Formats: sequence, structure tokens, C-alpha cells
Amino acid sequence: MVLKSDVHPIVSSNDVVRVRQVARQWAMDLKFSLVDQTKLVTATSELARNTLEHGKGGRMKVELVENGVRRGIRLTFEDEGPGIANIELALRDGYSTGSGLGLGLSGSKRLMNEFEIKSEAGRGTTVTVTRWK
Amino acid sequence: MSSFHEVIRKNESSILAGWIAEMASTTRRSDLMGDVELKQQATEFLRLFTDAAESSTDPHSEAFFSTREYMKEIAKSRMEQGFTPGETALFVLSLKQPVFNSLRDALKSEPAKLVTEIWDVGNILDRLAVQTVDGATEFRDQVIVRQQEEMLELSTPVVKLWDGVLALPLIGTLDSARTQVVMESLLSAIVETNSQIAIIDITGVPTVDTLVAQHLIKTITAARLMGADCYLSGIRPAIAQTIVHLGIDLVDIQTKAKLADAFALAQTRLGKTVVNVKSAAKSTSKHEDA
Amino acid sequence: MDRIPILKMGDCLLVTIQVDMHDQLAVSLQEDLTAQIAKHAARGVLIDISSLEIVDSFIGRMLANIAAMSRVLDAQTVLTGMQPAVAITLVELGMSLPGIRTALNVERGMELLRGYIQKDDGLQESDGSEE
Repeated sequence: MVLKSDVHPIVSSNDVVRVRQVARQWAMDLKFSLVDQTKLVTATSELARNTLEHGKGGRMKVELVENGVRRGIRLTFEDEGPGIANIELALRDGYSTGSGLGLGLSGSKRLMNEFEIKSEAGRGTTVTVTRWK
Repeated sequence: MSSFHEVIRKNESSILAGWIAEMASTTRRSDLMGDVELKQQATEFLRLFTDAAESSTDPHSEAFFSTREYMKEIAKSRMEQGFTPGETALFVLSLKQPVFNSLRDALKSEPAKLVTEIWDVGNILDRLAVQTVDGATEFRDQVIVRQQEEMLELSTPVVKLWDGVLALPLIGTLDSARTQVVMESLLSAIVETNSQIAIIDITGVPTVDTLVAQHLIKTITAARLMGADCYLSGIRPAIAQTIVHLGIDLVDIQTKAKLADAFALAQTRLGKTVVNVKSAAKSTSKHEDA
Repeated sequence: MDRIPILKMGDCLLVTIQVDMHDQLAVSLQEDLTAQIAKHAARGVLIDISSLEIVDSFIGRMLANIAAMSRVLDAQTVLTGMQPAVAITLVELGMSLPGIRTALNVERGMELLRGYIQKDDGLQESDGSEE
């Protein structure tokens, strides 16, 4: 169940900084521990950068979600860029196609509780991650 | 034509008495609650319940809001007093018998109506009982979570052995949650005490599997990133065997069998040594140099 | 465009990163530092990140690059003051920044740098420098 939601564009490197701050604010409002805040914001930075550089720009949707008694923050990074042809390869640590995906995807997966990725070559990419309190 | 709330109002004192008597035979727990308090709770509940029933027979409706809220309060205070969720639910359910008795007397000549009223009042009380059990269980779960957190904190003490040297004696099993707490305690302690060396002693850890080893390695890596180093001590022969069998590579982590040896090594690394007081006058003591 | 200031302390350079950097700023820092090391023939670089609340893989790579480039220019690099939450997150992210020396704070960092520089120059230190 979604309690609150907002969308932010990611079209410049200043936007990457901005969405980091948005994620930080939402995490603080939900009173996440400092370590959990840091993990959330770092994952945001990784995925936002991917959206900008690999995806050629897109947006981040941030949602306050509730599942029974627990609450969390869900982030969805969406772009209409070239997409990822081989997701499994991209999720492998340190793998880089030269477009700099590197640790971004696999690292973010480790930093968050839930991770989902939908992508097709030529059809853009959507990455959804959630961190529960 | 009387509906159940009218019947209850007309026979309030006898229903109340009947209810308390009913509870005496099932769920009294006089060790936990005095008679006066019980009567107060019963009276208040009956009043709220009857008021609500005037406008509705749906226990989830707005009309029953105060009743539901009151039940939540009762559930919480009873859980705090030590009642089980079941005992708390019986508080509500034991009201049925005395109400049915009064209804039967009032509607002797109208069996169809009697059945409807019994069904309505029974349904409402059942729902309220279920809500009470849910509330009581949730409260108990919260208590358990809080106790778990407190135990976690107590079981990860970080000890300052000397200027610049910390010790973290681990006791018990290391699961994911615990390791997180351990890591955070150790790293904050490193910053707070400005310590360059932390000795993690695992004498009290019964088994070390791949997961535990990974957790330890992560902690040590994080400490290094901050500028401190970690030694592992208290590795029993059995654990050493497991580590080798599992192919865990502790290649650049300094290990010592005993905490005392690790401490001695730490002092050497920091350029310190311990000297007997008697010979302090003669020898050059590097003790306690910055 | 704003740039991160680089301070000169003897034959060492000191950088304090306090802002939430956008990528261009990080890249400029790399360039500026390299230029300054060469210009002053600096022997040591100290990067203090005690105010940095987020270090992601991009910043991590930047730090590793700075250390590598400094080495090529005959300078040692020390990273100081990483916050616990940042350290924990970096490890989880999979970055352990191998080959980068670290210290708890600027003071320790400077001691470390001195030690490395002198060892490098083959000078003897009577009380032993830190590894």
C-alpha cells in the first residue's frame, strides 16, 4: 500500500545530487537508522547515475509504502534509453560494458531489501528497489 | 418488541452480576486483577456496547468506535498485567451467556425475534473478541521485539583495553541481525575512543560457518577503511579446522590464539611496551608515550 | 564553477571534501590534484572525508584514481576520517578500496604520510613508523 509518492526528473548530474537529498529526507522522515539511511541514499546515487548515463535520462519515483505493520521506502528508476540486453551479466559484480554499469546494479541490490529490474534492448529500463524499516 | 440493547438496559444489574459470575468460573485471574477494577471494566464496556447497539448491529461500524477503542485499552492493560490473549478475549465472550438468559426471558413468546437478537449480539461480541486477541498478540509481539533488541545490545560490549586498543569479546551465535549491531558498535567505538586496533575475540562463538566468517571479514574491512586494524583471537582448533575446510581465506587478517597475545602484538604495533616499576628508574620506559 | 580547495602544507597537499559532490566536481578535483602534485612536486596527499556522508562507487573510483595517479607522480595518498556508516555501506557495496591507505583522522593521517615519505626516501626513523 502506497501512503505517499513523488516523482523527480533525472536529466543532469545536478539531478543525481538532488535525488540523493530527496532520498535522504524521506529516509530521515521515516526515522531510518543512520546506516540504513546511508545504504538507501548510496543505492539511490548508483541507480540515479545509471539512469542518467546509461539510460540517457529518466526519472525517480519515491514512495512511502506499508505492508501490514512495517513501513518502507520504494524507489523506482525509469528511463527510455537503450535498455540492458543481458541483465544477468550486468548484475555480475564489477562487470562493465564500458558504459560504466560496474558495481551500480549489483551493489544496489545488496544495499536494499528488495530489488527488481525490467529491461529490454532498445526499450528502456526500470529498476525498483525497496528498503524496509 | 424488544431488541437486545433494550433488554440489556432493562436488566443491566442482573446481567452485570451474571457476567462477573460467569467470568469467575472461566477466566477470573484474581491474582492479576481486583474485584473493583473488574466491575469497573465490565460496567464501562456494557455501557459503551449498549449505546453503540442503539444505532447499529455492525461491529465494524462508526457506532462501535468507542467500544473498539475501549477494548484495545483493556487488551493492552491486561497484557501488561500478565493476562494471556485468550483470557482477555474471554472477558468479552463471557458476556454472552447472561445476555442470552435475559433475552430468552424477554422474548419467550417471539422465537423468531429471539433467534435474530441472539445472533446479532453474539456476532458483535465474537468480532470484538477476535479484535481483542489480535490486539493482545500484537502487543506481545512488540514486547518480544523490544526484549530482543535489548539483549542484542547487552551482548555486544566493546572494551577499551588501553589507549588505542579495543577488545570485542563475542559470545554466542552470530546471525545477520546480531552482526549488524556488532559491526556498528565496534565501528562507533573506534571513532569515539580514537582506537587504531580492535581485537575481536571469538572464544565464545560456538561455530564459525561461511556466513559468520563473511560477517567478520566485512567488519574488519570496514574498520580498515576507517583507518583501524583488527586482529582475530580465540580461534579454537575446531574452528581453525572448519575455516580451512570451508576454504575461507583469512589471508591478511592477523590472528592469535589468545586475546593476551593479540594485546601484546597490538602494543608492539603501537610502539609501546610494559616495564616493571622497580626498574623504571634505570631503564628507558617507552610506556605511555603518545 | 565551484571547485574544492586544495591546501599546501609543506610538501603535502590537504583536501577536505565536505560537499555532496556532483560528478563534474569530482572529476575536477581529480584534475586539480594531479596538476597541483606535479606543480609543487608534492610527496603526500591527504584527503579528509570526515564530513562526507555518502561515498558511492563513483566517488570510490575517484579516490582510487587519485591514489593511483599520485603514486605515478611519486606521492603517497592517505584517506582520513571515513564515517562508520559510510564504511559499512562501501563494504556492502563491494568496494574495499585496496591499496588505499587510511587513518582515523587528519592528525594520524599526517603522521602516517610522514612515515611513508621518509621510508620511501630511505631515511631511518628511530621510533618506527606505522605500517
